[in-house]
Amino acid sequence: MTVTLDAPQLVKTRPLLVARNVSKSYGSVQALIEVSATVYPGEVLGIVGESGSGKSTFLRCLNLEEIPDTGSYTLDLTDVEGNLFDLDRYARRMLCATRIGIVYQNPHVGLLMKHSSSGNVAERLLVAGERRFAVLREKARDALDASEFPLDRMDAPPIELSGGMQQRVQLAKAIALEPALLLLDEPTTGLDVSVQALVLDTLKRLQQERRITMVIVSHDLGVIRTLADRVMVMRRGQVVEAGLADQIFQDPQHAYTQQLVHAKL
Amino acid sequence: MSLKALTRDWEPMSYGFLDASAKREIRRKTLKAIAVPGCQMPYASREVPMARGWGTGGLQVSCTLLNPQTTVKVIDQGADDSVNAASIRRFLARVSGAPTTTDTLQADLIQSRHRIPEEKLREDQVLVLQVPNPEPLRPVQPNMSIARQMHADADYGRMWLQLYEQIVRSGRVMQGASYPSLVHGRFVMTPSPIPRWDVPKLHMAKHLTILSAGREKRLHAVPPFTRVEPLVFDDVPYRVEEHGHLTCYRSGARGYFMNEIPQEDGSSAFEISDSDYGVKTIRKGDGEAVDFGDTWYRNGEMAE
Repeated sequence: MTVTLDAPQLVKTRPLLVARNVSKSYGSVQALIEVSATVYPGEVLGIVGESGSGKSTFLRCLNLEEIPDTGSYTLDLTDVEGNLFDLDRYARRMLCATRIGIVYQNPHVGLLMKHSSSGNVAERLLVAGERRFAVLREKARDALDASEFPLDRMDAPPIELSGGMQQRVQLAKAIALEPALLLLDEPTTGLDVSVQALVLDTLKRLQQERRITMVIVSHDLGVIRTLADRVMVMRRGQVVEAGLADQIFQDPQHAYTQQLVHAKL
Repeated sequence: MSLKALTRDWEPMSYGFLDASAKREIRRKTLKAIAVPGCQMPYASREVPMARGWGTGGLQVSCTLLNPQTTVKVIDQGADDSVNAASIRRFLARVSGAPTTTDTLQADLIQSRHRIPEEKLREDQVLVLQVPNPEPLRPVQPNMSIARQMHADADYGRMWLQLYEQIVRSGRVMQGASYPSLVHGRFVMTPSPIPRWDVPKLHMAKHLTILSAGREKRLHAVPPFTRVEPLVFDDVPYRVEEHGHLTCYRSGARGYFMNEIPQEDGSSAFEISDSDYGVKTIRKGDGEAVDFGDTWYRNGEMAE
């Protein structure tokens, strides 16, 4: 009997995101040293590390908010080609607005606090060129609904909302245009444990329903463990270990990862 | 030959109040502004004997454009006879010797605060609007460096956010004045605090409009025959004030922009905002021969 083994799915699919040798320094401080990452469609990559390890800087580079000194970054999309770090400001803005969603740790960074929550979501659509009020309204409602935001408060400004609700507004804004890539920068830090669990539930459900490709940055191993398929451990601007989530958590190889896992458990 | 023969006689001030270099600066920046319709040009705003915020920007442009043959009209919120309008008119006449008028048809240069006359302006007329805040992006982007970058990128999505918020909160667009408008399909400008009623008058107009902000040191222009399109949603049409059915209680003029005058019994009377047009209507009613120009609006509808 002959068994033909098919190649694993991951080998056959092309990665969505490939970042190679990304380096960034601020003056004499090396924030990122030759960081590389690959993310496949529908996959969740978790990045852990202590404060100042460069994980947020790397995420900002992926969101094209910051351009690193060296390195390349490609997304496997039909409408963009080549190194995204070489795009001009205008193309970069359009790409970020339409294909990449981001949720920041601090909602004040990602949201217009005095405008309504639905307006915040609509802004995303407006930047992408939607000019019909009825459509804006409907899509904003859908996105807020998908992120489990109470719809009776959709016109309240985020400044009047609780921290968990503000994160949901950010999430709705990020997924409003159904981006190819969703970046999450410490999305649950600063929320209390029960609200944290609810937001994580929402993220998990969204990920399963929509197969969104995510990169999630956190110093909280619990968050990473709940969501991520693969984990990258960063320290002092370098990747010290990368692998499947279970592998990293059960059998950490690098001394720093061992420390990290033991500190948590 | 004596030195006196080679030099000019001493004068207490330059012609048109501003010195030659100040006028050259404004002329150059005005030309630049006309070349790039709707784009805000920074300029060296000078001191004039008037407080900043009272029309110093408009006054500087008027002083620059004046010559002894220019007939000047000054409007303040539609009226020719308010203190501000009368003072500026007298000042302009005094520093330049230019004749003044209140008649829109006879004026060559019209400096205006917050209104465009009801009668159509011609190719040979120049409208100078006083602008308190030239930056349309300020309500949505307080950082002016980023706002300038947004202008460069034509990144105006957030302007619609403002309109979205107003419709959500009030069921309609509440922006009453300074309605943001897209000039020549490229730059969004604030057309100074003119009412919504006046914005369509700028679209493909025959006259040149110069908008100048003295305190903010910026000027922009709408050249003749330039598209000026108020920002709207595709499914929410632009609406001007519903003044078409109102009648002026003094002149009987009907179908123009009105000022509401509250009465003691709680009701309102309406008076035509363009005072010169009201005066003309009254004089015509008295049997005088009055010359009326073609108006932008007829029976409260914008004429095609």
